[in-house]
Amino acid sequence: MVQTSQAEPVAVSDGKGAISEGKKAERKLGWLLCAPAALVMIAVTGWPILYALWLSFQRFDLKYPDQREFVGLDNYLTVLGNGYWWSAFWVTVLVTAVSVAIEFALGMGLALIMHRALVGRGLVRTVSLIPYGIVTVVAAFSWRYAWTPDTGYLANAITPDGAPLTEHASALAIVIVAEIWKTTPFMALLLMAGLALVPDDLLKAAAMDGAGPWQRFVKVMLPMMKPAILVALLFRTLDAFRVFDNIVVLTSGAQDTSSVSVLAYNNLIKGLNLGIGSTMSVLIFIAVALIAWIFVKLFGAAAPGSDDKGRR
Amino acid sequence: MLGRGCDQQLGGPTVRVRRTRRAAVLGASLVCASVLTACVPASGANTVNLYSAPEENLQQNVDRCNAQAGGRYQIVYHKLPRDADGQREQMVRRLAAGDTGMDILYLDVTWTGEFAEANWIREWTGENKADAARGTLQGPLETATWQGKLYAAPKNTNVQLLWYRKDLVPEPPKTWAEMISTAQRLKQEGKPHWISFTGAQYEGLYVHFNTLVQSAGGQLISDDGKRAVVDASAVQALQALRDLGTAGVTSASMNNAKEDDARQEFETGQSAFEVNWPFVYPSMQEKKPDLARNVGWARLPGLLPGVPSKSTIGGANYAISSYSTKPDLAFDAAKCLRSPENQKFSAIKDGVPPTIESVYSDPEVAAEYPMRDTILEALKDPGVRSVTPAAQNVSTVLSNMLSPIAEIDPQRTADRMRTEVQNALDSKGVMP
Repeated sequence: MVQTSQAEPVAVSDGKGAISEGKKAERKLGWLLCAPAALVMIAVTGWPILYALWLSFQRFDLKYPDQREFVGLDNYLTVLGNGYWWSAFWVTVLVTAVSVAIEFALGMGLALIMHRALVGRGLVRTVSLIPYGIVTVVAAFSWRYAWTPDTGYLANAITPDGAPLTEHASALAIVIVAEIWKTTPFMALLLMAGLALVPDDLLKAAAMDGAGPWQRFVKVMLPMMKPAILVALLFRTLDAFRVFDNIVVLTSGAQDTSSVSVLAYNNLIKGLNLGIGSTMSVLIFIAVALIAWIFVKLFGAAAPGSDDKGRR
Repeated sequence: MLGRGCDQQLGGPTVRVRRTRRAAVLGASLVCASVLTACVPASGANTVNLYSAPEENLQQNVDRCNAQAGGRYQIVYHKLPRDADGQREQMVRRLAAGDTGMDILYLDVTWTGEFAEANWIREWTGENKADAARGTLQGPLETATWQGKLYAAPKNTNVQLLWYRKDLVPEPPKTWAEMISTAQRLKQEGKPHWISFTGAQYEGLYVHFNTLVQSAGGQLISDDGKRAVVDASAVQALQALRDLGTAGVTSASMNNAKEDDARQEFETGQSAFEVNWPFVYPSMQEKKPDLARNVGWARLPGLLPGVPSKSTIGGANYAISSYSTKPDLAFDAAKCLRSPENQKFSAIKDGVPPTIESVYSDPEVAAEYPMRDTILEALKDPGVRSVTPAAQNVSTVLSNMLSPIAEIDPQRTADRMRTEVQNALDSKGVMP
């Protein structure tokens, strides 16, 4: 669908000036073929988003079905003027920023190792992907037990006198560690794909010119890998901003460790307050869209699969 | 094919019923797969669907009722998730969608107001109401009442007791302060001294807080469930909780402990006291018989000297879904499930305290429940959490402000509570 705007200049550039009949029919067929998929997409993603937007303008609590009314932007004022929301928002930002930064560093290291591994390359790659293959909730449970005094080896070894999951700072740190452990392999995988883009000749030439390993990494590899890096960072940032399962399992949001997603879930599903909950969902949607926009517009991340021309 | 399967279910012996039901379900799923119609798996006109928390021996009550009904109704027991939040969420989602597949609902005592106000459950009237109230203890009955109308029949109740080590303290402490100072003395003497307490940020913390507030003669929410009261007794209760949090007599994991964690902690032998429901008793008997011999029980310590505590009631009630297509059968089935005979069976087999007073004096119950007199005493002078549609929100807001208990600032926390509880009651504001 997106490609129509880009298809125009291509059509023009083959010198005919106008689109031929055959081309027109072909394009029409193309639209017809993808229409069912597009309609399904609109039905399953577009409609819920619009419905959530509609709900966010109402006072609508399932517990008080008779008191449903249109309240305009009241819910937005309530949520944006609320301490719990901002506490959750900053927790989310912190978890996102710290975990993505560390994941990037670790993922890059892992990618370099996997790329250069001489012995057992297949084994190294498989083993490093294991954390990503484990269901997050299952992994989170094992982290929770590990950090619970008496049953947990980590809690007993590192903080014999405390219960780290019951304090704000240490609980957040544990959430971040769990996130990093889980998704570093994913980051490494994307970065490794980027590493494959760097031609060996270029590195050899740089070495001939006297560039050391660090210079080769910063001056040759990183610029070549930029599209892959930005895609990896974009994906992970969006993912991390929606952090939910790790927090629910590890702390259930106690000690002010709720993320915005956990808060939205609590208000929507537990509290049955469709108005407030939908408002939060819409705000999260806006935040996620904003992050994606910043990456695409300011840093020039490309959508995966599109070539350089696709970027603007 | 479906119809025949169901007919056979009525009369046939158990084994055959099983087989035909499986065949019917299989058949039904084939029909569903081939034709795109709304399909309900193998249920006859007299099937009553019971949605209840997992209880090990509940099926036997169901079977007994089905046998007694002689084909008039056939209860099918569907298990809800194990945790209360999961149970409520499943039922609420389906009810909000007007699901007709649920007939009898198992409601935690705090959900009555919410389900009634949302028009999800039917009122109990006339003969049904009289039946549900006959011989039922007043406290549990109140938990099933919303705005003067009965919306459920009490199935089982629960009160917390104080469990203490008779070999360490000859007499149970009468007040909260006494319990803490005794524990501190035991600590100095190098003896087991923990007070096992469920301090995690969840419903359980609200239960403790409500017990303390009502023990101090106060109230959190007005009787009509519309106004946050949070009076001076709340400040006292907050002080008591903070004192426990800062006394140095609780385990490190107290702030993350729920009922079962507290039970396990007590069973390690490092605790002198435990505030918990009676389910800890059979477990102790089975796993730590040596310890169990030395364990005594008492009503929870009070807050004011000379005034007995008011232990907050737990437990569950049976309600009938508004969307049920066979309410008459459902009411009858629910009455059967909570009959004195079945309550007695559940008390003995599953350890859940009955709501009908006469059951306590049954010799078989007496044997399984050596603490029955203490339970009954606490049940007759109970602390009841105010029935309100916003119970879940109130609980979430309160437990958030109560955790961790060591960081409570009594006066300030109480002031905040008044606003936030009021907001929760008005379904304004944000749940943490």
